[in-house]
Amino acid sequence: MTDSVATAQDEPQSAGSSLRGVLGSLGIDLRLFGMLVALALILVYFGIRTDGKFLSPSNLVVLAIQASVVAVMATGMVLVIVSRNIDLSVGSIVGLVSMTYAMLMTQWMPDLGIRFDTGYMWIVALALGLGLGTAIGALQGFVIAYMGVPSFIVTLGGLLSLRGMVWVLSEGAAKSGLAEPFQLLGGGAIGAIGGPATWAVGIAAAVGIVALTYYGRRQRSRFGFRVRPPWADALLAMVGAGAVVGLAAFFNANLWPKGLASRYAIANGITEPPGGLRIEVGIPWPVVLVIGVTLVMTYLATRRRFGRDVFAYGGNPEAAALAGINTRWTIMKVFALMGLLCGISAAIAAARLNGSTLDIGQGNELYVIAAAVVGGTSLAGGIGTIPGAVLGGLVMQTLAYGLNFTRVTSAVQNIVAGIVLVVAVGFDTYNRRRAG
Amino acid sequence: MTAPESPPLVEMRNIRVSYGGVHAVDDVSIDLRAGEVVGLVGGNGAGKSTLMRALSGARRADSGTILIDGKTVTITNPHDAKRHGIETIYQTLALADNLNAPANLFLGREMTNRIGDLDNAAMEDQTRKVMARLNPNFTRFSSPVSSLSGGQRQAVAIARAVHFNARIMIMDEPTAALGPAETAQVRDLIRQLRAEGLGIFLVSHDIHDVFDLSDRISVMYHGKVVGTVNKADVTHDDVLSMIILGREREAATQ
Repeated sequence: MTDSVATAQDEPQSAGSSLRGVLGSLGIDLRLFGMLVALALILVYFGIRTDGKFLSPSNLVVLAIQASVVAVMATGMVLVIVSRNIDLSVGSIVGLVSMTYAMLMTQWMPDLGIRFDTGYMWIVALALGLGLGTAIGALQGFVIAYMGVPSFIVTLGGLLSLRGMVWVLSEGAAKSGLAEPFQLLGGGAIGAIGGPATWAVGIAAAVGIVALTYYGRRQRSRFGFRVRPPWADALLAMVGAGAVVGLAAFFNANLWPKGLASRYAIANGITEPPGGLRIEVGIPWPVVLVIGVTLVMTYLATRRRFGRDVFAYGGNPEAAALAGINTRWTIMKVFALMGLLCGISAAIAAARLNGSTLDIGQGNELYVIAAAVVGGTSLAGGIGTIPGAVLGGLVMQTLAYGLNFTRVTSAVQNIVAGIVLVVAVGFDTYNRRRAG
Repeated sequence: MTAPESPPLVEMRNIRVSYGGVHAVDDVSIDLRAGEVVGLVGGNGAGKSTLMRALSGARRADSGTILIDGKTVTITNPHDAKRHGIETIYQTLALADNLNAPANLFLGREMTNRIGDLDNAAMEDQTRKVMARLNPNFTRFSSPVSSLSGGQRQAVAIARAVHFNARIMIMDEPTAALGPAETAQVRDLIRQLRAEGLGIFLVSHDIHDVFDLSDRISVMYHGKVVGTVNKADVTHDDVLSMIILGREREAATQ
């Protein structure tokens, strides 16, 4: 946190002229703002390079879906890193849980006589998979917190042995053919919530932003604290509300492909208008999951005791223990939560593939850690934000996808990704040191 | 001082704490009355801080009894100690540097609303009230404490102990990192808390501090209490020789 932000909140001064001052009096996190600018620049760059093709709704929706697997896990990795730990096993947990989903739906449940078209099959599979992810995380967390084995070692062991279990479980073969409702979690034309629901979500979010801004003001003025100037709150609420409605419009600008739309029209006895039936795709399910996970995790991290305990431990483990916080239980919960999020990511990954391969999730740990760190999470512990990590994941994924789109080889993509990671964190470290 | 027949506020009997075979605290008995300051002095490694850690719940005693108001209590963690009205200001301050003053003040016992959400506004309000008493110029309630000065950080640590209506306070080198003006402030505060009827254990290297503020002085040497004296009965030199030699002078015996 920079001093300028703090003093601007505590003792507002006439620093209105500079951009930093304006952002400060608006109470905007400069790091988040910087990342949004970086993301916009990357999008514009690839937009220009491809004559706008890169920025088409259908293309950016694919990008968002691709980013979702990493983004979901990055929210959990923030808490892991904030608590002075690391989790190298997330990619292998995704692999094992994905394979479990596939085995459950293609073999184990059919063997038990549960038919493939049973409505609840996918729900049972999902519940068991999420439970497995949570249990793996909790077990690793137990060894780390209660037995004192460093998280680097425990999760490195997890990385190796869980991937081995994928092979054992599947006897070395990929599995495919999941229950249809489950496939929706992977996105695609049908795997989205549709036009009307998207408008509803956008408008509800806009109302929510206005309501939360008002609630925050009332909370602070309840005790006679200084609040932001009304124009600042009004501006922020309007920008936020406008942004979510704009996003909803963007997702609805993505239409069903013509072939699919006319088949739907024929199946439902609708006469097609001249230009073909316009069916809005709306927000894809994986993106819905990312949004939901981001909200819940932000709430846990900033508004609940659990999050406060994690950050306190990261800032000073001894102080947390002396304050009476059950630090071991807290750490174990962090890893269990990480495992649960891996289970969600595994569902998206398996649904996209409509099955599971042996190497699904492989190398994900590196992208997840990179997303958290690019998003402002400090490896020294105690500092990091959930939205920052999601944005960090989006920045990395946009870069990779854009390079791919412009036919840059994957070898060069890796070179760029590595350099961006180091430069982003180096820039952040420099800023933090300067701010003291 | 309270009448002698009533039980002391705190009594620690035959306390033993060992670290890997070394007796850091070896069969120590010590007591504290309400409205009294007991200075705890001794060289490095004499066991002062370890003894206090057993009372504050930071370290469980291996054996011995702790009585509060004459009743035996079990203190195995910091929560137990706080429940009995024992608050501690650690030499290291024990602040989470990445969190702001209200978050540190309420660390481990946050105020929450009906559904268990943190009530940050209410916590900031309480923090403003207690800091107005301790350090009226303090305004940086939303900055992480890492960006505060030494005196401000100390004020946050003291505020945390004062806010929860402690009956027993342990202060471990409370003025070690402070300038003259801030030291005077802390001394005034100790006198004020004593007048309010708190019992205070004051751990310090500074013999002048201890003489100024304490009613009684206990001297520790190699894990044992070698003597407890009334301040009025002894000179600086008497106490210094106890610290250095590990035994009482004839004249100083209680």
